[in-house]
Amino acid sequence: MVLAADSMSLETRHLGFTISPHEECGVEEAVRLIEASGGESVVLTLGPIEAAEQLRDAMAIGIDRAIHLQTDGGEWDPESTAAAIVDAVGAEESASGPFDLIFFGNESADAGGFQVGLRVARGLGRPAVTGVKKVTVEGTSVRCEQEVDGGRDVYVVPMPAVVTVKEGLNLPRYPSVPGRMRAGRKPVAVSAPARTQARLELERLVVPAGQGRRAELLGSGPSAAPAVVEMMRRIGVA
Amino acid sequence: MVLVLVEHADGKAIDPSLQTLTAARSFGEAVHGLLIGSSVDLSAHGVAVAHVAQHASLDSFAPDAWAAIIVQLADRLKARAIFAAGTDRGNEVMARVAARMQLPLATNCTAVATGSPVTLTRQRWGGSLLEESALHSPRPLVTVAPHTVAIALYPAATTVEEFTPQLTEQELAVKVLERVSNKGGGVSLAEAKVVVSGGRGVGSKEGFAIIEDLASLLGGAVGCSRVVTSAGWRPHSDQVGQTGTKVSPELYIACGISGATQHMAGCRGAKRILAINADAEAPIMQNADYAVVGDLKEIVPAISAELRKSRAVHAPLPGPLPEGERG
Repeated sequence: MVLAADSMSLETRHLGFTISPHEECGVEEAVRLIEASGGESVVLTLGPIEAAEQLRDAMAIGIDRAIHLQTDGGEWDPESTAAAIVDAVGAEESASGPFDLIFFGNESADAGGFQVGLRVARGLGRPAVTGVKKVTVEGTSVRCEQEVDGGRDVYVVPMPAVVTVKEGLNLPRYPSVPGRMRAGRKPVAVSAPARTQARLELERLVVPAGQGRRAELLGSGPSAAPAVVEMMRRIGVA
Repeated sequence: MVLVLVEHADGKAIDPSLQTLTAARSFGEAVHGLLIGSSVDLSAHGVAVAHVAQHASLDSFAPDAWAAIIVQLADRLKARAIFAAGTDRGNEVMARVAARMQLPLATNCTAVATGSPVTLTRQRWGGSLLEESALHSPRPLVTVAPHTVAIALYPAATTVEEFTPQLTEQELAVKVLERVSNKGGGVSLAEAKVVVSGGRGVGSKEGFAIIEDLASLLGGAVGCSRVVTSAGWRPHSDQVGQTGTKVSPELYIACGISGATQHMAGCRGAKRILAINADAEAPIMQNADYAVVGDLKEIVPAISAELRKSRAVHAPLPGPLPEGERG
């Protein structure tokens, strides 16, 4: 990983952007639910102007419309992010009625705060289930399966509800060319929420030490097998 | 004093919670532990008071109820800070606590120093990057990244006190209704002593037969990279990585895995890593302890054959040996 000169962000000039794995599964699940039962799906992101591309990707696989909470590109802390989403969802629901389900990724791939979905659920006064790998709508409730070591824990909560999901929930589809054409015509509502002062304040990023080790070469090809087994015996696993 | 949520299983505190007790002592204040459901012995870990919360409705995990218990106890004790392990449960419960108290939460910290503000280091990208931050809060809420702080024993005279929380129907609305166990049993990926993992280099679903064979010879579990689950060769539950399972075996064998950041976030906890890869310059080589360069389709079966051969010398019976009799 390469840091920007001020160590406050990653150097992204030569990187591409994509929807993160957990969130990609959330988008796919929303599309599947609407395909199966009818209704409307909306995708929301908080991010810079370039994030519009990921909103188009979501609409290309079947999401109906998008809400873009546009930022100047600086990082938002979890509290500010959740507050902006609560406001946006509140405004949307007073105009078009309540969302039965709101999906979040369980944690963001980069900052990994594990909290935005739960803060939004609290802000909206809705039940929330986290780390979900299977979602089944049963009448006015939703059954959620959460992976735990050795099995799955099952929750059933009434809708409207917030569900934070993990990769493995489904296998997301790739957008089709006609899907991309349609996505270009779907509506995106853009607004620019105000950011509050972060109480978890980033001072700098650091690449951890210990990277750049060089492995001990045990050999090349199948003739290395005796050396591998010898190593396994030495560390007590063979 | 600082309050620490201590998770426990089978009558013992889990290691990440013991690591958290060590980290919490760095605040230089009395440490109180909170145990939900039943008591476990914490006297070797510097706990002054162990609070045992009991309630008729706590027969299964209810995250909002756990959060309510923490808030009630922290208020009663006037806890200066609240800690939990950065496990799935710890992070979930503390996020609910933070939302209730309308306070910031720093998850997956690797170091925390008291002060105003509290200064801390926390993990990003599953630990591939670290963040140094200031936490401005009247009551710092912190989770500690598992296996980043070594447990330091600190004997103390621990008093055990019962705590009866007041829980509302709403706080018990989100609750585990049943636990569905995995079929087939086998060694759990998260707890396996050896994990044999395959990546793109394995080439196909069928290609995993040699990976499975080696894993079974070593009494270990099969893992894979994200490319493999995306291709549908293995179920997602086998995935090791930032968005899959995080493993901490004695030996992690990475076969045909290049070593992307996403993958390394899942196997960083391994004591040792053996990389088997056709490309001597693959990024995994910078993060492995041992390497074999070449075609895994030849190397992996050769290792299995060598293991069988060496066991034939050590023991007359063919096939895998029962637990405890291995080499």
